[in-house]
Amino acid sequence: MPDRKRPAVGPTAAGKTGKTTSGSGQTKTRGGRAADRAAVRADAGGDGPVGGASARVGVRKTYKLFIGGAFPRSESGRSYPAAGPDGAVLAHVAMASRKDARDAVVAARKAVAGWAGATAYNRGQVLYRVAELLQGRAAQFTEESVANEGVSRTEAESAVAEAIDRWVWYAGWPDKVAQVTGSANPVAGPYFNFSVPEPTGVVAVIAPAAPGLLGLVSVLAPVIATGNTAVVVASESVPLPAVTLAEVLATSDVPPGVVNILTGRTAELAPVLAAHMDVNAIDLTGADVADRTGLARMAAGNVKRVLVSDDDWAAPPGPERMLAFLEIKTVWHPIGI
Amino acid sequence: MTSVSTKPGTDWEYAPAPESREIVTIQREYNLFVDGEFVPPATGESFTTLNPASEEPLARVAQAGEADIDRAVAAARKAFETSWGRLPGRERAKYLYRIARAIQERAREFAVLESLDNGKPIKESRDVDVPLAAAHFFYHAGWADKLGYAGFGPDPRPLGVAGQVIPWNFPLLMAAWKLAPALATGNTCVLKPAETTPLTALLLAEVIAEAELPPGTVNVITGDGRTGAGLVAHPGVNKVAFTGSTEVGKQIQATVAGTGKRLTLELGGKAANVVFDDAPIDQAVEGIVNGIFFNQGHVCCAGSRLLLQESVADAVLDRLKRRLATLRLGDPLDKNTDIGAINSRQQLDKIEGLVAAGEAEGAQRWSPPCRLPAKGYWFPPTVFSGVSQSHKIAREEIFGPVLSVLTFRTPEEAVAKANNTPYGLSAGIWTEKGSRILWMAGKLRAGVVWANTYNRFDPASPFGGYQESGFGREGGRAGLAAYLNA
Repeated sequence: MPDRKRPAVGPTAAGKTGKTTSGSGQTKTRGGRAADRAAVRADAGGDGPVGGASARVGVRKTYKLFIGGAFPRSESGRSYPAAGPDGAVLAHVAMASRKDARDAVVAARKAVAGWAGATAYNRGQVLYRVAELLQGRAAQFTEESVANEGVSRTEAESAVAEAIDRWVWYAGWPDKVAQVTGSANPVAGPYFNFSVPEPTGVVAVIAPAAPGLLGLVSVLAPVIATGNTAVVVASESVPLPAVTLAEVLATSDVPPGVVNILTGRTAELAPVLAAHMDVNAIDLTGADVADRTGLARMAAGNVKRVLVSDDDWAAPPGPERMLAFLEIKTVWHPIGI
Repeated sequence: MTSVSTKPGTDWEYAPAPESREIVTIQREYNLFVDGEFVPPATGESFTTLNPASEEPLARVAQAGEADIDRAVAAARKAFETSWGRLPGRERAKYLYRIARAIQERAREFAVLESLDNGKPIKESRDVDVPLAAAHFFYHAGWADKLGYAGFGPDPRPLGVAGQVIPWNFPLLMAAWKLAPALATGNTCVLKPAETTPLTALLLAEVIAEAELPPGTVNVITGDGRTGAGLVAHPGVNKVAFTGSTEVGKQIQATVAGTGKRLTLELGGKAANVVFDDAPIDQAVEGIVNGIFFNQGHVCCAGSRLLLQESVADAVLDRLKRRLATLRLGDPLDKNTDIGAINSRQQLDKIEGLVAAGEAEGAQRWSPPCRLPAKGYWFPPTVFSGVSQSHKIAREEIFGPVLSVLTFRTPEEAVAKANNTPYGLSAGIWTEKGSRILWMAGKLRAGVVWANTYNRFDPASPFGGYQESGFGREGGRAGLAAYLNA
């Protein structure tokens, strides 16, 4: 694995910050990005006992993939360093392979019948439950955002709050979208005719590079609110919130396989999903602009629905991202005695 | 299959009842309709369109080349920017009502011309294609000044110039499906009819000219596949709408990728028509016949895979065969004809090839006794039984009067078999049990589900597929989305 670099980690990196940061990462005595990074590191694995023998050694987190409700490492054994804006390493996250992407599609396909077949009321409740758990993790998301994206604490807090609110917004949609997009159709004959929206199936989502959590929520929530299942390629540069979101999903009532999250090289994973014959649709919004045409061309291989929509993530969403992954089904039945 | 009577008075036979073709004047040559005028193609080339029932040449039709596509797209752009695109919806509506009325007024002319050029029975062109084409303009006319209430925001905007490529199976109707929503929403159009069936689209162009739509609002360019490919690839086109084969649809999707053009595709199908043991058998048999032998099976949503519940399979098959023996194949202009001509030599070759594959793979082929006319392209109604899911005739779209029969035991098995296809355009269900209909309708991966009926169409009813049958809908409120920038 020639592309795997292992910069200094653990005590060495922490030593650069020069302070003890064991425990919760809530140390208030230091400001700036170094402290935020340290906070994430503490949360994600912690720094060594720099301060002395009595200081507690933090437990670091292994950032893994999320496939079929489980957290496997990449079958390739690869990882890549996720770094803050100053280049300091925060964690080594799993670098998903093509095989991992295919496994994720299998898991997503397996979950389609259950999720699409759940009542809309149930899906809404499950999604609302996710928002509750997101709220409980707000501080962690904020820390990760500050450390991984290099935004200010205020900006991070407000983006995380918006992400949670957006999730709540989408959680309310499952039992309304059919009323907004469906219809009873007055055909010229003795037939009862109605149209209802249905999920298209497995949707591959290339998440935008930034903002980490808000961008991810903005592209993922509409896909699953409508009953689709998702294979998400997380932001390559900001993978930490994606993995933490996976942990939230794993402990919520979202069934295994409904959301699968891959961390790794977007340029390596996106073509696998764009060309995959068991993927029904793909959101290319997070792909490099230069790569979009090629990916969209691959998507034609099985007539995928393709979405490219450079939204303003700060702006309130409309229903468009849900409509992109819905099929309209029309049913006819004769009327008579 | 009933053949021509040899002993009048001794058999209960139909006398010939041909519709007169006098009502139609077919020109020797047809030009392109560009910027409100019929103009010769810059290529100077033309091709012959045939009557597939007799192989008699009907007319020479212009082959549009690159310069012609440029001219048509430029005319459509100009109309979008200076005339049609600036009209208020209520004015657009009145033009569309004019077109609807003109189609009704000239219905017989359209029907005869359609049957001559396409080979379909006159009773279908007269009772289905033409009235539905008029209905599509009528329905969409009313939307033109009400788009703000369609659920796409208060002021949805048109996309611009629509390049529309249509197939040969419902030439006029597909032109209506494409033009009516595009025009109602304020777009301008360049329409490319199929090579083998250009005549009714050109007659519609005449209607549009008489309705005095602003020049360039609708342009009709005839030609072969090269013309269609040139149109969808043209940089001046904002929206591409295609109805045709999945193979070509994939090429178009790849061509359009990354251009920012909006795309809707209505592609092939391999629909399952599922008959349960409690179905009203006689009605189901009519539905099976209508599902696969309507329009010679040249229907993307044809019920080409018949799934019979095992306990009634033999009974249904027997009655189906008895019914097929009463179908009348022959002159498309005869009002008693049920099965017309195959549209082209090329299509006949394709059907014959797939039928040969069905026999080679071990399915049992059956057709009623049937004499085929000596001239023209014909294929008898054909039923394959003993078909397994791996057979080519169970997987590939035949687009002809050929039915593949499979069986199932449980509803779950029926769903699994019905959905075992990359297509997903339509499906049929036959059962008396309401809860089962709704259960099946929910499970079938298809854009249109006909329960205890088949092959019904209406402008208010959205039509379009899942998966490799394409994306986007035509008809209804959902169909407007294909032409609006919401």
